[in-house]
Amino acid sequence: MIRIDTHIIACIVFAAAATAAGILIDNAYYLQVMIFIGINTLLALSLNMLMGYAGQISLGHAAFYGIGAYATAILSTTYNLSPWIALPVAIFAAVVIAYIVGIPTLRLTGYYLGMGTLGFGMIVSIIFREWYSVTGGASGFVGIPPLSIGNFVFDTDRSYFFLVWGVVLFFFIMCRRIIDSRVGRALRAIHDGEHAAAAVGVNTAKMKLSIFVLSAAMASLAGFLYAHQVYFISPGSFSFLASIRIVTMVVIGGMASIWGSLLGASLLTLLPEWLHTFADYEMMVYGLVLMLVMIFLPRGLTRGILDIYENSRKKDDR
Amino acid sequence: MQEFLQYFFSGITNGAIYAVIAIGFSMLYRSTDLINFAHGEFVMIGALTMVTLTMTLHVPVVPAFLITVFGVAILGLVFERLAIRTVSRPEPIVLIIITVGASIFLRGLAMLIWGKDSHTMPPFTAHQPLDIAGARLLTQSIWIVLIAIMVAACLHFFYKRTLTGKAMHACAINKQAAWLVGIPSKLMTLLAFGLSTGMGAVAGIIIAPITMPAYDMGSMLGLKGFCAAMLGGLGSLWGSVLGGFLLGILEALGVGFVSSGLKDATAFLLLLLVLYFRPGGIISAVKVKRF
Amino acid sequence: MDTKSKCRIIAIVTALIMAACLFCASTAAAEQKNEPIKIGGIFSVTGPASFLGDPEKKSMELAIDRINAKGGIDGRMLEAVIYDSEGDPSRAVRNAQRLLTRDNVIAIVGPSLTPTSLAVVPVLVRAEVPLISCAAGNQITDPIKPWVFKTAQSDIHAVSSIYAHMQKKGIKRVAVMIQSDAFGESGRDQLLGQAGDFGIEVVAQENFGTRDTDTTAQLTNIRRADPEAIVCWGTNPGPAVVARNVQQLGIELPLYNSHGVASPRFIDLAGDAAEGILLPTGKILVAELLPDNDPQKAVLLDYISTYEERLGETASSFGGYAFDGINLLAEAMKGTDGDKNKIRSNLEQIKGHVGISGTFTFSGTDHNGLAPDAFVMVRIKDGTWELVE
Repeated sequence: MIRIDTHIIACIVFAAAATAAGILIDNAYYLQVMIFIGINTLLALSLNMLMGYAGQISLGHAAFYGIGAYATAILSTTYNLSPWIALPVAIFAAVVIAYIVGIPTLRLTGYYLGMGTLGFGMIVSIIFREWYSVTGGASGFVGIPPLSIGNFVFDTDRSYFFLVWGVVLFFFIMCRRIIDSRVGRALRAIHDGEHAAAAVGVNTAKMKLSIFVLSAAMASLAGFLYAHQVYFISPGSFSFLASIRIVTMVVIGGMASIWGSLLGASLLTLLPEWLHTFADYEMMVYGLVLMLVMIFLPRGLTRGILDIYENSRKKDDR
Repeated sequence: MQEFLQYFFSGITNGAIYAVIAIGFSMLYRSTDLINFAHGEFVMIGALTMVTLTMTLHVPVVPAFLITVFGVAILGLVFERLAIRTVSRPEPIVLIIITVGASIFLRGLAMLIWGKDSHTMPPFTAHQPLDIAGARLLTQSIWIVLIAIMVAACLHFFYKRTLTGKAMHACAINKQAAWLVGIPSKLMTLLAFGLSTGMGAVAGIIIAPITMPAYDMGSMLGLKGFCAAMLGGLGSLWGSVLGGFLLGILEALGVGFVSSGLKDATAFLLLLLVLYFRPGGIISAVKVKRF
Repeated sequence: MDTKSKCRIIAIVTALIMAACLFCASTAAAEQKNEPIKIGGIFSVTGPASFLGDPEKKSMELAIDRINAKGGIDGRMLEAVIYDSEGDPSRAVRNAQRLLTRDNVIAIVGPSLTPTSLAVVPVLVRAEVPLISCAAGNQITDPIKPWVFKTAQSDIHAVSSIYAHMQKKGIKRVAVMIQSDAFGESGRDQLLGQAGDFGIEVVAQENFGTRDTDTTAQLTNIRRADPEAIVCWGTNPGPAVVARNVQQLGIELPLYNSHGVASPRFIDLAGDAAEGILLPTGKILVAELLPDNDPQKAVLLDYISTYEERLGETASSFGGYAFDGINLLAEAMKGTDGDKNKIRSNLEQIKGHVGISGTFTFSGTDHNGLAPDAFVMVRIKDGTWELVE
């Protein structure tokens, strides 16, 4: 019970901080950066459920992000449907595709799983690029409408900020619930050892598939939010590199940590904004940070720093 | 017929390149159970080093070839020592991300050293393209195929006939047993890294004259080479060669008879099919960890 | 340590991050009067399209320094604030938002690419700030958006130059080789769309990847379709590979290329396979060869010599897009005291502005302002360019 209480406190603190930020920040640029942090947090959280908790790597997660974005773009622009009709369709599309792809792919493990998801991601991004008549091809898809409820249009950055962070907060709570439930324990069992989990009666295949589908649905929602914020999408945003960026957010922030997703997404969104002064070195710094964190803090920043703190405390106790 | 032959020539040229890259992946996987996502970057570094040596420093082709392969192999050793051996938790997920990080780092480094432009160098031997039954074949293509097959043959000899090769093979089969009979397994891992990145350099060198090397050429080549290795059988030498040529030829035929827009999808579709239906590849070399 | 205190620490860390973000926001630079007028730039300085963004950034700085050396606009100096989009649309949107709300720029020049430009258009239209794009894609100014202009020549004119040349040579059947990216796609639309107007039939259409090592399979398909000429549409290094493969296969047909390869680099890469290739280009490549009565000649030679003197590298037509953008903007800014609406309407009034990419005449219905004569057809001969006709 106590654990749930602290999490509720953390969520309230977080909600208060987000609300305060939303009200006090008066600069559209900062609001927009925060919106991107929100969208990226959702993405990182979705992958963290799969990678951090269930231990199933995905190098093609941007595919689902893209499916959400393209589904809503096509439905709400080409077919003039309300985005709120497009939203369930976008999520449904991601779920169906994740289900179909997940059955054979999730039977793989380790590198083979990584390569399987990578192959899937590459094929989806090639489809975005080559299915010219539907997706607008490499030039991208223009003219995606803003979201609206009745007469209220989410066309200011502030309103969108609250929408995005509201969604993020909802998923923070939901994911925490899942992790603390029987399902969450089963997932961690799979992470620690699939055969052992199966031996104690966890239906590993079904469990992995459901978390994969959930993860895809969340990524698709992030894509939906992205499309209606930027009003423009192009295949480059959902390429292999985008998948790697999502993995990086999870890994840097901390695997199997909900708040780590927030930290990872914030760092990876803010870092390029700060780094742009040494543009040519950016790629090297990025690669180096990724390697160093993995070598020295393989559990990510939040977990890693906690581990160091814990170790030093243990030493003190002695 | 003439067209078919031309597709075939295009296929074996690309196929030989994929084969050499695939061998690099396979040999490393066989000895260390590791997939190096930065492998494509070693191909790129090989190509660009070769260009610098021959074009700027005017080193003749043969010594330049050897210097490049040796240099990139050393770089591979350094990479293993600094970034792989130091890892505190060598799980696939951690190693995948480290090698991905390394690939971004190496690409950034190459951009600083060689700039963002594409470079160029002349073919190893300048001759008119050969005319075979109406289809044209570049002499460089013959070099590429020959070198690819030679390299594979040398490796085959190395594994079957030399003590070091046998020791590496023993390590690949069972590390602890190898250690028990006195084989320094850490050294073998290091050696495997050198061999693998050296193979990458060979691939880079042989394609430098027909493509225009630039800092961003590596990732796609690396991924395709990986698909080839999977197709033939990850960990198998001749499987990788077979997978490489097969992928090259299928791609060319796909362009010829289906659509050129979907060329890149061929490799990944094959990858998925292999993973789903025969994860060991055509020639299964290792017991596949699949469920 | 138990989970409870772990959670607490994580919560504190999160709160600190949020606080840091708030702090950043509150320290946002306050605007002051009598400071230089800021003009924003968004270019793909790094990444795959750096061959565009890098000279564009340098040319923008060059143009601004030259205006300032002459005393600025109405006595106020100009200042360039340039961000790198890396060719990523969402990055470009953030760059634009940052320029608009934190740097308070009066107008933006760039981005370099069609996708990045299309992505920032809604942001600028909403903020009512003029944008002068440096990208080739025709979709940017068609349909007309009141706040969006562009200086790069459109594919429309490039394709019509090529087709007009073919018409003269009596070529009726063409095959097209298209690079799989936004530049290639935009070219394909024009190549397919305009063919009918010139009585030309596109008999084969093939794609190649930006980093393909071999394109002989595609060219074999093209040869099978028996065209009278081949048009290759892409940017370096792809078209150089295509040119070499055309030579390898012994295809004797005329090979046309796009303005995307109009740089000396292409000749270096393609080597002797470049000989005889025809392409439309901005006049900058052949500035020396232009007749003296060409109004652009003096402007071009001046730009080339200052650029090369200052940066020690060859000037390209790409940098010219940003150079023109700044000069057009400067002309429109005169007497407006930074009123964006006036700048916008002044831009629409500009007539006969002689720039690097051509002579600009904007209007309410034309926000690119260039005529087909912005392009000349050139042929590559003996490793250099020669004017055709």
